[in-house]
Amino acid sequence: MLEINPGLIFWTIVTFLAMLFILSKVAWKPLLHALTSREEQIRTALLEAEEAQAEAKKLLEENKRQLAQAEAHAQQAMREGREMGEQLKAEIVEKAHASARSMIDQAKEEIRREKDAALQELRGEVADLAVTAAGKIIDANLDVNKHRQLVDNVIKDIRPS
Amino acid sequence: MYAFFQAAHDTTHLSAQQVADTAHAAAADGKMSVSEMFKYLFEHVQDSNHLELPFLDIHLPHWDPIEIAGLTLDLSPTKHVLFLWFGAAVLILLMTLAARANTKNRVPKGWGNVVEVFVKFIRDEIVIPNMGMAGIRYMPYVLTTFFFILLMNLLGLIPYGASATGNISVTAGLAAIAFVMIQVSAIRAQGFGHYLAHLTGGVPVFLWPIMIPIEILGLFTKPFALCIRLFANITGGHLVIVSLFGLIFLFNSWAVGVTTAAFIVAINFLELFVGFLQAYVFTMLTCIFMGLGIQAGHGEHHGEAANEHGH
Repeated sequence: MLEINPGLIFWTIVTFLAMLFILSKVAWKPLLHALTSREEQIRTALLEAEEAQAEAKKLLEENKRQLAQAEAHAQQAMREGREMGEQLKAEIVEKAHASARSMIDQAKEEIRREKDAALQELRGEVADLAVTAAGKIIDANLDVNKHRQLVDNVIKDIRPS
Repeated sequence: MYAFFQAAHDTTHLSAQQVADTAHAAAADGKMSVSEMFKYLFEHVQDSNHLELPFLDIHLPHWDPIEIAGLTLDLSPTKHVLFLWFGAAVLILLMTLAARANTKNRVPKGWGNVVEVFVKFIRDEIVIPNMGMAGIRYMPYVLTTFFFILLMNLLGLIPYGASATGNISVTAGLAAIAFVMIQVSAIRAQGFGHYLAHLTGGVPVFLWPIMIPIEILGLFTKPFALCIRLFANITGGHLVIVSLFGLIFLFNSWAVGVTTAAFIVAINFLELFVGFLQAYVFTMLTCIFMGLGIQAGHGEHHGEAANEHGH
């Protein structure tokens, strides 16, 4: 069992070397090449995926930021709009109040003027009526202008001023 | 009696029927002693000049030995030589299939994937840790060693098969190649001068006459251990199985037969594991030895040499 057979050693070495030669060509080279190229592929794919993820993260952040910005803009616009509206409303109300007041004042003025005119007229009328009445009552020889002057003086006296 | 030996199939893994026939014949003959029987059984583990196939016993031709430089080379194709060639052919076929599949498929699957697991393991766990990136160039040698030994080991486990690695001449051949590879890788990494300087072990000049022979002897002990380890492990496993078969003949009883058969099945599974383990061990140790030489060329100096060669 322990005896050495040089022929078998020879065949072992020859077979091994032949196999080493053939396998290196047909098997090991393509196998190792496939292995390393796939590893390289996986490595680059992983790197690319990482990069893409970072890019996506950045984009997402950018989007978020823009969204927040847009929201802030919208908020501000709304606030400004509301403020402007309030202001406008206040102005309109104020204007309305003012115009109402001025109209009331005008109306009052008008009324006063009308009233003065009416009073004036009334006074004239009353004076004439009185003169006419007095003339009719105490005859016609009285000087119309003298009497009128008299009556006017009387009316002036009773005027409440 | 001798005719009976000749007629019987002698392989490590006889079928149960054949074994029973042999046992009955031996019992009927009544002349076969226990030692004779074991001697006969152990012959199955050894090389022989005939090849058994089912229903067929092929007598292999014997060629005249040739003489080269005083060395007698008997190049007759024996059983183990045929199994070497058969294993080589099977290996080339299987690996070509795997290589083709892996080149074609972007994602390896099936057989290509199985082979790739081994290739990747050998590269990342055996070659690179021991030899560094410089070891990549020796990958073809390492892969061939691993798969060749593995296949040789496993071929012995199938019926009518034989393990060529259970033959010390075959393991000696493999160890011789390993020896050459270890020296070549060391010389390549260190340069020839540095390699020779290593043989002095870094001791003072007056100790060289002692040191150099020891270092040179050290160079040979490593492959020698590889040779013996592989041979002994594979042969040992086969002998265990053969001995268990022998028990069946010895006791010639049902109870022992069934128990022994269960044991043989268990040992066969163990042998399956040992087949992988020894291929791994041989490859791993070769890589470690190559790695020592390669790393010695990378900065380490003479002081380390003594430790390195202590393995």
